[in-house]
Amino acid sequence: MLEVIFFAILAAGAVVTALLVILQRNPMASAIFLILTFFCLAGIYLLLSAPFLAVIQVLVYAGAIMVLFLFVIMLLNLEKEQKFIPRVRLQKVFGVFFGLVLLFQIGAVFHSLFLTGEKGLFPPDKVAALGNTEVVARLLFTDFLLPFEITSVLLLVAIIGAVILAKREI
Amino acid sequence: MVPLSAYLILSGILFTVGVIGFLVRRNLIVVFMSIELMLNAANLAFVAFSRYLNSMDGQIFVFFVMTVAAAEAAVGLAIILAVFRTKETVNADEINLMKW
Repeated sequence: MLEVIFFAILAAGAVVTALLVILQRNPMASAIFLILTFFCLAGIYLLLSAPFLAVIQVLVYAGAIMVLFLFVIMLLNLEKEQKFIPRVRLQKVFGVFFGLVLLFQIGAVFHSLFLTGEKGLFPPDKVAALGNTEVVARLLFTDFLLPFEITSVLLLVAIIGAVILAKREI
Repeated sequence: MVPLSAYLILSGILFTVGVIGFLVRRNLIVVFMSIELMLNAANLAFVAFSRYLNSMDGQIFVFFVMTVAAAEAAVGLAIILAVFRTKETVNADEINLMKW
């Protein structure tokens, strides 16, 4: 019962803050609300018995990525954009309409969904006994070692790309 | 116990909010935030399936999605900075030419 109450609070918080992200005119306010959304999602990960991901969500998303966003917002002088009056009304109507169509399609898929096949090797009580972080680490360094190493190459490419793009004269 | 469908519906709603934000907003930075919202909605579905299928693979995949999101944010924001430096705007409607 407590789980349902927590889920309801966190889900409502996530949806409301996500809506506020796209409804705010000031990008700085959008960024702050996006951080709140990430915190709500971190709480939901805790409910789903994934504490490692909850911590990573706060550290990487709410910490690193959003700080990057805030830096860029502060670097750019966006005074003009805040007073910007939207001219393209039709585009907004179409955007919201097709967004809602997509929501109904996603809902239809999830409505007709039922889980079949064998369950995996890690029921929640076993993961809790072993420790969530330990299980994730073991899988990451055994079964998923190659993707993990490729990830490091991806990050290196991103670092080099960001430095070169942000340089004043290439 | 919360059913799996509740998590999936929440994921769908968040994804839709991200899509609408992507289509409706004109500020490039907010468009980028909408992409982050969509990635997070996908992550939520991954974790929910991982929990209800008794498998850890979904959580590992979320780890990789977060890495890709971090790389994408770094490169994308660098591009936005470069665009702002030449065009003096981050309004997507005014950035309609690749080169002039």
